[in-house]
Amino acid sequence: MLGRSANGIFWMFRYLERVENTARLVEAGFRMALTRDAADASEEWRSVIITAGLQSSYEAKFGKEYPGHQVFNFMLRDKDNPGNVLTMSEAARTNARMVRAGITRELWESINENWMTLCDVLARPIRDTSLGDILDTIRRQSTQVRGAMMGTMLRNEIFNFARIGKFIERADNTARILDVKYYVLLPAVSYVGSSLDNVQWDNVLRSVSGERAYRWLNAGRMDPRGIAEFLILDGRFPRSLAFCYSKLRSNLASLAREYGSEMGCHELLRNADSQFHSLTIERIFEQGLHEFIGDFIARNQQLALQIQRDYRFME
Amino acid sequence: MNQTSAACFDEMIDADGAVRSAYGGYSAWYNEQVPELLRRKGLEAEAFFRRTGITFNVYGDEDAEERLIPFDMVPRIITATQWRRLEKGIEQRVRALNAFLHDLYHRQEIVRSGRLPERLLQNNPAFLHEMVGFTPPGGVYTHIVGIDLVRTGEDDFMVLEDNARTPSGVSYMLENRETMMAMFPELFTRVRVRDVSDYPRRLARSLAACAPAGASSKPVVAVLTPGIYNSAYFEHAFLADQMGAELVEGSDLRVENGRIAMRTTCGYEPIDVIYRRVDDEYLDPLTFNPNSVLGVSGIMDVYRAGGVTIANAPGTGIADDKAIYSFMPEIVEFYTGEKPILPNVPTWRCAEADSLAYVLDNLADLVVKEVHGSGGYGMLIGPTSSKKEIARFAEKLRAKPQNYIAQPTLSLSTVPIFTKAGLAPRHVDLRPFVLVSPGGVDITPGGLTRVALKKGSLVVNSSQGGGTKDSWVLDA
Repeated sequence: MLGRSANGIFWMFRYLERVENTARLVEAGFRMALTRDAADASEEWRSVIITAGLQSSYEAKFGKEYPGHQVFNFMLRDKDNPGNVLTMSEAARTNARMVRAGITRELWESINENWMTLCDVLARPIRDTSLGDILDTIRRQSTQVRGAMMGTMLRNEIFNFARIGKFIERADNTARILDVKYYVLLPAVSYVGSSLDNVQWDNVLRSVSGERAYRWLNAGRMDPRGIAEFLILDGRFPRSLAFCYSKLRSNLASLAREYGSEMGCHELLRNADSQFHSLTIERIFEQGLHEFIGDFIARNQQLALQIQRDYRFME
Repeated sequence: MNQTSAACFDEMIDADGAVRSAYGGYSAWYNEQVPELLRRKGLEAEAFFRRTGITFNVYGDEDAEERLIPFDMVPRIITATQWRRLEKGIEQRVRALNAFLHDLYHRQEIVRSGRLPERLLQNNPAFLHEMVGFTPPGGVYTHIVGIDLVRTGEDDFMVLEDNARTPSGVSYMLENRETMMAMFPELFTRVRVRDVSDYPRRLARSLAACAPAGASSKPVVAVLTPGIYNSAYFEHAFLADQMGAELVEGSDLRVENGRIAMRTTCGYEPIDVIYRRVDDEYLDPLTFNPNSVLGVSGIMDVYRAGGVTIANAPGTGIADDKAIYSFMPEIVEFYTGEKPILPNVPTWRCAEADSLAYVLDNLADLVVKEVHGSGGYGMLIGPTSSKKEIARFAEKLRAKPQNYIAQPTLSLSTVPIFTKAGLAPRHVDLRPFVLVSPGGVDITPGGLTRVALKKGSLVVNSSQGGGTKDSWVLDA
């Protein structure tokens, strides 16, 4: 396949993943804000903006005030935010048009429909009363795209580049949430059992739609170490770092099989991967959660760059 | 003005109000339908087109807005007998076109014999000196041709235009049929219509058959597009997808070891056949427009050395020239030794003094076209123009008569479209698609019917309110 097409499909799935993650973040923030007083709610929205990496562009436009409707409109549809959901889904569709000959008709149609639907629901400013429905729509559309992808695409190089884009992006997203919220999970600061912390921890889990899974696995017991372990090391949870890397491993391995040779990115992955095998949550906390996450984000980025180089995404 | 006269030929209903035989099966089906349900089907079709992204971009539009070409649900129907005659006429014309192009770029016998004035080639930008003395692989110049036909009576089909450069619209032929079959499956069990869906397979086979001598037994075919902002991008992607070919842009390609190679995830890999949807001018910045970023530097050298097939061959655009068109009857006869089966629309060459005088006297009734123009730009439609516009045009005509030809305002045939008030006749044309390879001429039974949606209008161009119809060739 063309290097340009590999680039197109890789980014298409990064954008799609980002759309979904943004919606989850907004959803968690919205829920959090509902249970707090105005000042705390505003602090919560600020943290959402920071997690999404939008602090500077947001404050450049609005200053330091963080009212909810302003934040979610900014994240979902504001043209001054290049990472807004509408622009992202349009970018995904543009990429899909670019690689149209490499994806199935069903996948193309679902991405096109996704974009048309979002254009429609995000055409006007969103109010608190309609936010829930809109987030619901975004999630449903993402699910539909995923279904079309899994149900119709050949398991070949194109599929692998799509999945690699998706899991690079997802790992980055989960790591960023941990990066912003790590202090909530540090044992030294946390007040075990205080209701405030419980809410904070719950929010971290909600940001990755992991609250139900976590409770199910831990019979409702909340503790920060357990949550960190769940998000970093639990290979059963589809948004954990370990899960993303097990997927990256298998998709990169398929590429090596299909092309008959390994590249620099395979070496990088092996290094990163062997970490997860020997790692325990105790070691991470000893090493420092914050340092661990920072290091992970940098390596993840490096891996993405190496893949782009190895497979000639650009001249 | 520009209105339907009562005398114009309707393809469904004859002068006595009876349904013509071609539409017998359709009409019987139609009369059983509930109009309200049909109307709803029309909305479904539009949603379907939007979802599948069958759109075209409009140039000069800030947001590069994507628009739909309106689709009408009533098919345009051609009988098996009519089609057989059209097929013969089209094949004859396309063979003549290829022989003509070969001759133009070699000995120019037709000029030597005095049948074609040399001045038509001189200073004509569509005539490429880079092609002189070179024969494309397999001797094929026009791998894909669209012949625009108009009809004025039961047996009166005429060629309005030859599109030997890069004819577009074939994706609409295919998608219109898909849409009709999805909306009205039962209709196709009642009326036997010839299949068009294997066009992409035929195209792939035909292109592969034109691969250069050094290519492997499974030639690599790629579609070269200017990119996603081109108005016909949907079609480029559609055809590449359907053929299982790579869809490449100029930036994906370079010359390597005397071949054209595309940058794949595993390095540069050679291409044997390029179905290009990029104009001659932009094909090779080293040879043509030096500012082009749509083409490949050095592709013309590779081509002339036999390293790649370019379809259609550079320089075929000369055959689309409207002054050349006016000589097509002579051209057909010169190369085939036969009278043309499909006549031209009567055409006055303004370069000839008698014709110019006639045209100037009758501008109000004529359509005047620029010889190098295409897409309806720079033309005068006498019957719909004001006196002032006509006077201004007459000046341009007197200044450079050789730049123009003129044709009568034809009373094009009509086919009904579906409206709120029921069926209503509208003017149509037809573009069948033709593939040429060393194996022969292959004509897909059908084509693209364009229809003027406005009552009485003769303008079928999609940029000016035209729509399309599914075009049926009956099985028997």
